[in-house]
Amino acid sequence: MTGPADAALLAAVAIGSVRGSAALGAARWPRRSPGAAILLWQALGLAGGLAAVGALIEIGVPPDATSVANGVTRVASAAASGRLFAAGQPALPVFLRLVSLVMGLALLARLCSVLIASSALVIRARRRQRALLALLARGDPKAPGALVVDHPAAAAYCLPGLRSRIVVSVGALDLLRPAELAAVLAHERAHLRERHDLVVLPFTALRRAFGWSRICANAHQSVALLIEMLADDRALRARPARALAGALARFGTAGCIGNAPAGALAVSGAPYEGEMAARVTRIMTPAPPLAYAVRLSILCAATVIVVVPVAVLLLPN
Amino acid sequence: MDVLWGTGASLTVREVSAQLTERDLAHTTVMTVLDRLAKKGFARRERDGRAWRYRPSATREAYVTELMLTALEQTGDRSAALARFAKSVSGAEASALRGALDEIEGGGGG
Repeated sequence: MTGPADAALLAAVAIGSVRGSAALGAARWPRRSPGAAILLWQALGLAGGLAAVGALIEIGVPPDATSVANGVTRVASAAASGRLFAAGQPALPVFLRLVSLVMGLALLARLCSVLIASSALVIRARRRQRALLALLARGDPKAPGALVVDHPAAAAYCLPGLRSRIVVSVGALDLLRPAELAAVLAHERAHLRERHDLVVLPFTALRRAFGWSRICANAHQSVALLIEMLADDRALRARPARALAGALARFGTAGCIGNAPAGALAVSGAPYEGEMAARVTRIMTPAPPLAYAVRLSILCAATVIVVVPVAVLLLPN
Repeated sequence: MDVLWGTGASLTVREVSAQLTERDLAHTTVMTVLDRLAKKGFARRERDGRAWRYRPSATREAYVTELMLTALEQTGDRSAALARFAKSVSGAEASALRGALDEIEGGGGG
């Protein structure tokens, strides 16, 4: 394939990823098989980013470059020796190509830097939490395997990482019945065991970097909810549905947890249908998961979505 | 740290050791722990002759509050450092959940 055809294909993949994300965000089936849907989100995100960067760079390199790397090297060496604008050649196309190339490289740098910055932020916040927990938390026979913090507000969360922790507040211990607490702990253990935090991290980073983008906000919100549903499903393998749904409902009705002002809730809460209510409904009246064949085709689709831009970028022209 | 929180004043290593009688720790162990707390910013230390005196940087309550604010997602930070079991909910959703809870409990006596 030639450079312009590559660029067109990559642009098509980028636009397709955006369209696909919008459709996936609006679809109802993901909550039936959250694992498959998360895989598709990851594929769309990766392909979209690669294709957007790739398309800009492909447009930016000379049309007769044998590969992306070759093209970028040629432009860079031409720029270094001041021969970028050759005499007798129209300057405008060269200039536009250069703009595209710079934009592509800048986008790539931005994507990498937000991921690194986000990870650093998360690591620092977790280190602070671990240090605070070491000072303040205690074990409690009521919550085996968890740390307990003396505070009347109800909270239950996990601190992922190599030295992971599950934390519940005294408020949560008072709020929940023993079976419900066991279900909550099973849910959190599923998060830790399957490193769900690593799944959400890139989407959080994207949202931080492109906060103005509805697609990024949607993707992050969808993936965060699907991860919770996935952990709910794992907890349901060992714990009764009524215990898990009861715990969720109780947290919700303890309501305005920590007496947050309404404004703070409106900001942190979801703008669309309540996620907590959706989880409870889903646990109590479960829809059957997608058929095996359907999930297999989602896996194939996710693979193709990622392989196409990678192949276009790596294969020589 | 509990010893430091327990007394209002700043303490020397020896004084902290004296209060930790039930744990029979070596003087150097206590010194190391206090030194680490100071490095992490949880304790402040000042020279008092040849010894260091330590006092907490903030109250226990202040740290618990910090911990819980992060846990309850009220710091406005979406860094996803934690995975929370439950989200805060709006008034309408809370009443929907109350209905669900009644149903769950009605379904078999809890």
